[in-house]
Amino acid sequence: MASDRIDVRHVAKLARLALTESEVLRYGSQLAGLLTFVDELRGLDTEHVGATAQVVESRNVTRPDVVGPCLSREDALAGAPQAQNGFFRVPKIIAAAE
Amino acid sequence: MSADDLLFTSGARAIARSVNRRERSAADIAEAVRVALPERDRDLGAYLTLTPDLMRQHARRVDERIAAGETLPLAGVPVAIKDNMCLRGTRTTCGSKMLENWIAPYTATAVGRLLAAGALPIGKTNMDEFAMGSSCENSALRTTRNPYDFDRVPGGSSGGSAAAVGAELATLALGSDTGGSIREPAAFCNVVGFKPTYGRVSRYGLIAFASSLDQIGPFARTVEDAALAYDAIAGYDPLDATSLNAPNEPTADALRTDLRGMRVGIVKEFGTADLGPAIHAAYAQAYADLAALGAELVEVELPTAKYGLATYYLIAPAECSSNLARFDGVRYGLRVDGADVGEMYEKTRAAGFGDEVKRRILIGTYALSSGYYDAYYVKAQKARTAIADDFKRAFARCDLIASPAASTPAFTFNAKSDPVAMYLMDYYTIPVSLAGLPALSVPCGAVVPEDGTRPMPLGLQLAAPLFSERLLLGAAHAYERATQHALKLPRPQIAKAP
Repeated sequence: MASDRIDVRHVAKLARLALTESEVLRYGSQLAGLLTFVDELRGLDTEHVGATAQVVESRNVTRPDVVGPCLSREDALAGAPQAQNGFFRVPKIIAAAE
Repeated sequence: MSADDLLFTSGARAIARSVNRRERSAADIAEAVRVALPERDRDLGAYLTLTPDLMRQHARRVDERIAAGETLPLAGVPVAIKDNMCLRGTRTTCGSKMLENWIAPYTATAVGRLLAAGALPIGKTNMDEFAMGSSCENSALRTTRNPYDFDRVPGGSSGGSAAAVGAELATLALGSDTGGSIREPAAFCNVVGFKPTYGRVSRYGLIAFASSLDQIGPFARTVEDAALAYDAIAGYDPLDATSLNAPNEPTADALRTDLRGMRVGIVKEFGTADLGPAIHAAYAQAYADLAALGAELVEVELPTAKYGLATYYLIAPAECSSNLARFDGVRYGLRVDGADVGEMYEKTRAAGFGDEVKRRILIGTYALSSGYYDAYYVKAQKARTAIADDFKRAFARCDLIASPAASTPAFTFNAKSDPVAMYLMDYYTIPVSLAGLPALSVPCGAVVPEDGTRPMPLGLQLAAPLFSERLLLGAAHAYERATQHALKLPRPQIAKAP
């Protein structure tokens, strides 16, 4: 059965990941174990500590808004599972009008 | 001149010197490597792809440049590249079915710089899928063995690179380190593995796992060669927004022969008594050797380091769940068709990703999801600050910190089937990664594991303050020169079989 702490089916849906029934069970118990493991962080008082997104204190980087060299369209499409007329081809996303 | 002479007995500096002096040609080296490699890697399994044609092209170019009067720091040095770094026109798999047949359309900056310095690309090395793992067992494509005992893992995630250098099937290799993925396999394979300060080496063309932690670095059989490789790949790159925009500080001239005037911190919370008497004795000896070289040993405290693993296993999966969202069957890699686009995403990702990757995507998605973000992700980011602050306080009292690189020597296949047991391998490396610090593993002895019969190498982790690569490599060279542990183990079996 799924863990009480984590609704694996819901999280898998958010992550766009199809899971089999056996994966739901296995990951459910493994992720609950992991959550218990990370629970030890509750023992650390962080009330007066700021959050760190990165450690080297670099600043935001911008560049002039001019076109520079980049991948050619041909190169960018070369690894695509399907391409057509210079575009990535995907299954229909918007349903046809009734 | 046999391939043995080239790959075994010579270091990178010696090879480059002889090629620069035109005593041997890069083309001859490439040919010797090309002939020897497939057979020698057959059972070891370090490589996923060999690139003999590219190696030959580069060798020709190196010989032309030298004939034209250039001197190249890595002239003719055969190198291996972890398979999460792009090399234009070459398969780049990340050890995953998702990218099993993907051809990189451009070259990673670090790889490009290594080749521009004269290195010859032997091929791409095996790794835990998307760099998630500590044994290389999570590769979907091949099993890599430890050169010192084929029943044991090479470590991970950069296990192929470490095994290639350890088995003398490459002179240098590039790896990437997020929580220990260079240092732990280096320790397991009796080589030097160096993770520079976050931002020192461009991540452009490194397929992302956890972007605030990922860093490229070299494997070598000596500290001197690691410094040479680092000097070739380090430096600002406008293509990586987190690349450090600061002058390069070459390290090859910073190598020292003693540690006089240096204070080395031994971490109170990183006691080794629990690791067993043989390992405990090996690290006690390593610390004593540092003192014998003139270092003053001081005890330092890292009271929050014990929270490192929990912090890391929220931050890294959170970033991974975001980074790996790009693998959806649209722009590259695998696609599995579905009834609609949503089903295509879900089926593609289900088929393309392995167990550990799925686990991390799920835990990361959970930690970032509505209602849990503050309790998990933000909490972990605060813990990360506390850990980095602890290191700052410790480095007020010392210049370097010494500790084990991994909790055990290389273990047997399937020994760590519980994910958390595997995570514990990186107990000593992860806090250093969270703080962004430069660190390396250098061989420091060997022990016979309880379940084994052969001596397996151990690694000493040395960590330094941010941007202190010169200090770090300089000190590591002095330790290596005085102890020479890498040379005390019998040469790997693989090296003897032609």
